[in-house]
Amino acid sequence: MTSNSNLDLLDSDPVFHLKGGMLAMTVVELVRQAPERFAIQLAEKVEQAPNFFQDTPVLISLEKLDDRLDISGLIALLRICRDHGLLPVALRGSEDYRPLAQQSSLVLLPPGRGGRDKPLETTEPQPQAVAQQPTANPPAPEVAPAQPTPTRVITTPVRSGQQVYAPGGDLIVLAPVSAGSELLADGHIHVYGPLRGRALAGVRGDTGARIFCQSLEAELVSVAGQYKVAEDLRRQPLWKAASQIALEGDSLKITAL
Amino acid sequence: MAKILVITSGKGGVGKTTTSAAIGTGLALRGYKTVIIDFDVGLRNLDLIMGCERRVVYDFVNLINGDSNLNQTLIKDKRSDNLYILPASQTRDKDALTLEGVEGVLNQLSETFDYIVCDSPAGIEKGAHLAMYFADEAIVVTNPEVSSVRDSDRMLGVLSSKSRRAEQGERIKEHLLLTRYSPARVESGEMLSVSDVEDILSIPLLGVIPESQAVLKASNQGIPVIMDDKSDAGQAYSDAVERLLGKEVPHRFLEAQKKGLLKRLFGG
Repeated sequence: MTSNSNLDLLDSDPVFHLKGGMLAMTVVELVRQAPERFAIQLAEKVEQAPNFFQDTPVLISLEKLDDRLDISGLIALLRICRDHGLLPVALRGSEDYRPLAQQSSLVLLPPGRGGRDKPLETTEPQPQAVAQQPTANPPAPEVAPAQPTPTRVITTPVRSGQQVYAPGGDLIVLAPVSAGSELLADGHIHVYGPLRGRALAGVRGDTGARIFCQSLEAELVSVAGQYKVAEDLRRQPLWKAASQIALEGDSLKITAL
Repeated sequence: MAKILVITSGKGGVGKTTTSAAIGTGLALRGYKTVIIDFDVGLRNLDLIMGCERRVVYDFVNLINGDSNLNQTLIKDKRSDNLYILPASQTRDKDALTLEGVEGVLNQLSETFDYIVCDSPAGIEKGAHLAMYFADEAIVVTNPEVSSVRDSDRMLGVLSSKSRRAEQGERIKEHLLLTRYSPARVESGEMLSVSDVEDILSIPLLGVIPESQAVLKASNQGIPVIMDDKSDAGQAYSDAVERLLGKEVPHRFLEAQKKGLLKRLFGG
């Protein structure tokens, strides 16, 4: 038994892997300190979309807060969040908040770059979308189904050195995409021409995003952070063929169109 | 109102200056009053290719700074009354050029000329940016090899995003000129073919200039290669000028020349 466990200890088979990952997270951006009003307004939001807030990890941003939050204020805030099903995991704000974060066992993140967070629509997600996602994952922030998602359409060639980003939606390119260029979209990417540059779909963590192209000659394709480079791509049979790339589990699957 | 033409490529050594001299001369020989501007401040070459290096007094930077006027600075070509050269400064660097200064000179030239040919320096930095910024049309000079094609692709991206026309929501008319093309090497698979390059860059083909001894000879003699109408390169440039002016001319020199029986017997 002991020898057995010693052997186990010496076994160099890795027990874990360190991986980088990107996931979208709901940010509660505090604008003013008013715990009672916060409770009421949060309750209203939760009523609109109870599923959305169930066990949802949130980041509490204090950047926009006009005056400083103290420990009692923070404890009150955390309790209100937890009462409504939210799971605060981190604070975001200046280094001054470090003691506060440590006292409440939260991670302190440095202030984000302005304007990167998008306002979140918290209407109930469509049942279909929920069913597609494994229950263990927090629901990805989805734009309200009632609103059309902005799609970016590019009709001219995307040249080497150019970068095109479709924030919050899909990207459609009706021209060749040259080597050395980069396409990014929060949603799907469609290329009706040869795709020779890089294409990154679901850059904010949408694992359902896909890449469609008429001729797969890409330098790199990526869906929600999982990627394949040309070195791997050119070995598979759909190189230079019409194909789609989607995430299946943890790896990218390339299938013919 | 002159038409401003930029000869650009991204990569160096592909034949921008040779092309500027040939196209500019070709336009002048067809009766258009043309000026060729050397934007390669610090690495002046156009005057050598045009054979007027001994007559340079003032240069582009002097003109921008107001040290000289247009009449003093422009060098008249000896072969054509319609052709003028605006040489670059050899002692300064690209920072001596300013957007306002370049615009002022181009506006002055626009009043009297039909065509302004801007010979761009290599790269995508300031000199190249100023050369293409005010252009109406661009001739992208590319060699049939991958690094040149990629740099041209990058340059096309810059043309469509950082030029005055792009900022006004218009497009610069783009032309592809393939130089140093060797059909024999294409056949043996050593060189990209015309269709390979067209496929990658997807812009209209203005011309294909074959690799030719005549180009080197012309450069060293200071005579634009288009004047050598016996050479294949000279004829190919003439065709390109015709196409630039809107005529439909079939492409030549795309096939490898078959060696005749005698040449094969006695060696060519």
